[in-house]
Amino acid sequence: MKGYVSSIQSMGTLDGPGVRFVVFLQGCNLRCGCCHNPETQSVFGGDEYTPEQIAKKCEKYRSYFGAKGGITLSGGEPLLQASFAKEVFAECKNRGINTCLDTSGSIINDEVLSLLDFCDHVLLDIKYHTDELYKKHVGCSINKPLEFLSVLNDKNIPTTLRQVIIPSLNDNADSMCFLKKLRENNSCVVKTELLPFKKICLSKYDALGLEFPFKDFDTPSSELIKQLEKDCF
Amino acid sequence: MEHINWNGFNKGVWTNEINVRDFIQTNYSEYTGDESFLVGATDRTKELMGKLEALFTLERQFGGVLDIDTETVSSLKSYAPGYLDKEKEIIVGLQTNRPLKRGVNPFGGIRMARNACEAYGYKLSNKVEEEFMFRTTHNDGVFRAYTDEMRLARKSHIITGLPDAYGRGRIIGDYRRVALYGVDRLIEEKKADKAKIGMGNMNLEEIKLSEEIFQQITFLGFLKDMAQMYGYDISGPAKNAKEAIQWTYFAYLASIKEQNGAANSLGRVSTFFDIYIERDIKNGELTETKAQELLDDFVMKLRMARHLRTPEYNELFGGDPMWITEALGGMGEDGRTLVTKTTFRMLNTLYTLGSSPEPNLTVLWSKDLPEGFKKYCSKVSIDTDSIQYENDDLMRDIYGDDYAIACCVSAMKVGKQMQFFGARCNIAKLLLLALNGGFDVESGIKIGPQSEVVGKGVLGYSEVVNRFDTYLAWLSNLYVNTMNVIHYMHDKYAYEKTQMALHDTDVHRFMAFGIAGLSVVADSLSAIKYAKVTPIFNDDGYVVNFETVGDFPKYGNDDDRVDLIAKDLAHKVITELRKTPTYRNAEHTLSVLTITSNVSYGKHTGATPDGREAGAAFAPGANPMHNREENGALASLNSVAKISFDDCRDGISNTFSVTPEALGRTYSERIDNLTAILDGYFAKKAHHINVNVMNRETLIKAYKDPTAYPNLTIRVSGYAVNFHKLSREQQKEVISRTFHEVM
Repeated sequence: MKGYVSSIQSMGTLDGPGVRFVVFLQGCNLRCGCCHNPETQSVFGGDEYTPEQIAKKCEKYRSYFGAKGGITLSGGEPLLQASFAKEVFAECKNRGINTCLDTSGSIINDEVLSLLDFCDHVLLDIKYHTDELYKKHVGCSINKPLEFLSVLNDKNIPTTLRQVIIPSLNDNADSMCFLKKLRENNSCVVKTELLPFKKICLSKYDALGLEFPFKDFDTPSSELIKQLEKDCF
Repeated sequence: MEHINWNGFNKGVWTNEINVRDFIQTNYSEYTGDESFLVGATDRTKELMGKLEALFTLERQFGGVLDIDTETVSSLKSYAPGYLDKEKEIIVGLQTNRPLKRGVNPFGGIRMARNACEAYGYKLSNKVEEEFMFRTTHNDGVFRAYTDEMRLARKSHIITGLPDAYGRGRIIGDYRRVALYGVDRLIEEKKADKAKIGMGNMNLEEIKLSEEIFQQITFLGFLKDMAQMYGYDISGPAKNAKEAIQWTYFAYLASIKEQNGAANSLGRVSTFFDIYIERDIKNGELTETKAQELLDDFVMKLRMARHLRTPEYNELFGGDPMWITEALGGMGEDGRTLVTKTTFRMLNTLYTLGSSPEPNLTVLWSKDLPEGFKKYCSKVSIDTDSIQYENDDLMRDIYGDDYAIACCVSAMKVGKQMQFFGARCNIAKLLLLALNGGFDVESGIKIGPQSEVVGKGVLGYSEVVNRFDTYLAWLSNLYVNTMNVIHYMHDKYAYEKTQMALHDTDVHRFMAFGIAGLSVVADSLSAIKYAKVTPIFNDDGYVVNFETVGDFPKYGNDDDRVDLIAKDLAHKVITELRKTPTYRNAEHTLSVLTITSNVSYGKHTGATPDGREAGAAFAPGANPMHNREENGALASLNSVAKISFDDCRDGISNTFSVTPEALGRTYSERIDNLTAILDGYFAKKAHHINVNVMNRETLIKAYKDPTAYPNLTIRVSGYAVNFHKLSREQQKEVISRTFHEVM
């Protein structure tokens, strides 16, 4: 079995617990306006890897993982290559490596359900608090990630909810309240992370000849993030 | 033998023989907790430090040197006692009669002393000039014996920075012996050693040793006299913590008054001091606050240590360093950690006194260190960028559990081993020399075996490797022979009497060679092997540049195709060096370390096949070339970890710069993650890492406005510097290094 990889970062400290080996898979089913990895969007391209190749590469870094770290599959949308992702995680778990999935939670099928059985941790993006914003800026219904969350809760997989804070869209009490409730109602949620919207990906869009859809949005101050954190926890 | 000042200590082998390690092992208490017991600076400390800060500012405004005593030759007793504040100081003793005033030390070479004075607007006095007019210095001796080829090697910069005009340094006296035993006992032991000489045959080696011990004994006497000038009788053992620190400091001070070696490590004193501190606390004579004050005062003295250097010297060893390296922590052979509360107290001086490059605090990292200590170290790195880490699990097997670090990365058993320092040779330049058949284009010098210049067209890998090997064999032989001349003369004319008096008489010697340009050569050979490299010739028919077509694996990406080339290079070099015998049967060792000389080595090296332009800086130490790492920080660390410590027993230096954001979102995550990274790196059998947690932007701001960042400390290559003390060129190079950041 082969999968398609956009890039690999040997040291990730922001995508899951501890120090992690992060594999960005190629291809995404969504087109989020705030996407900071536009090079991963196309389902064409990427480097071919077998699950074993990924696991072996990852193994070279296991001494850095400590008690918490491990591998993270991100993207793109790893659920688009769910069978491959499952095999990668199975290989890793065989080697005793902690697994973490970074996803938008917008696809649920049998392959995805079986992938989840190999996830030690899930980072689930909750991009907005309304279906309207989801449809406008993501390209799917808000029900998808909510349904995904309930699956995670049923399977009792430790989950981190993540939201990129984009001023004027979700830097408000409603959005924070929504996140707070999701956490309260789903015991699988162990953490909520608010990530500041950034524009350092602008050069990537330029290089690809693409327009950055959110280029005109402001970036939030760290004070704003701190304030919002108080509201959502 | 017993002494009243040893009351309360457990007896052991150490009472009957000079054996500080045994004293530590039988008496210390390991500490496995966290930093919560530490206290902040007292008002007294703050006031004194304020005074010192004002002097540092003045020194900076004076162009880097506050004052020079041009009339006096530096030695143990040549200056009247000096003080920062006689009333408030707890630990006393300055190199000259005033704080930050530098003495002249012409024993290495009179010209160096003269030029150094002139560089700062002073003139070496006639008195000193006359005194040395008919005196042979180390520098005189070396140049009398150098062969023509040795001079050419130096002139063409194929071997650079050799200690032939300045003190070799890198010798660590066991300064603790003075505190534990007192000077009289040490003199007795040396006299007994001297009496044994000549029992067999009185050969050259024995005669030399006999004279050396005579000098050692004389200088132990001077050491006592020097302490007496400050009102202390150090003939017997120290009776409490204050005296133990004072006695130890006097011994260190004496050695930096006597000689101006390049690196002047302190050794491994913290856990030794802890035994005295704990005894005093138990006896109700000391509180935590007073204990921290003792450490603060001691460290303040160390931060005042200075040598007078020339601008040329500063180009190689930038930032006015002393390398007052203190090895902290590590594990004992019996499985207990050597971390004590005083290990924490020593690191705490970076908060009580502020961050600083000196002393060069070096944590001996083991997977088994207590978690509380590991996390505290990571916190200190994140807060101050002032400490470095070395692999205790790797070194303890070889050097036991009472070794220290000379300079940046050179391990040796304290008081039992010493080294002959040998700077480094430039292997990137050697590669070009090999291609040009023994002609160095940069200097216009013909040197080495003379052969045909490499042919036109795409370079063949095996031909280049064959050429390189031939020239490496030649250079290695020349390098060892040159070192033999230097160290024979150094022993003869600038022998380190105080420091060697604080070693066992039967000392093990290392001869420490070094290489610069490892990543340049590895990437160049990789380019030749995996891409197409065509040499470009000048009108005289010599190679001056390369056209490289296609991609090739680059060191720093955890790619064995090139990482193993780097590993094999180091192995080849030490194997060649071992073929030539050394002076005094020293053990050959090799380091991959550049200090700040990577800028200077680059400047004297033409364009290389890896795409590096002529004159461009090398990466420091064993680092991958700037910004060639494409797979993130851990891949870069893994590449460096592949260089074998067995080949490079004198150390493998890696300088790692990461932005705070790339270490994690929160402060506590960053601490945990850095701890995991250090554990992971050393589990790979890596040897050394400097950790900088900072943003490039901070350095750019400091570059533009140096005075706004007077205390900005950054680890460069085995040591740390105040950023403002680097030359503009060195600052630019530091800014251009890889910063691992969030993508």
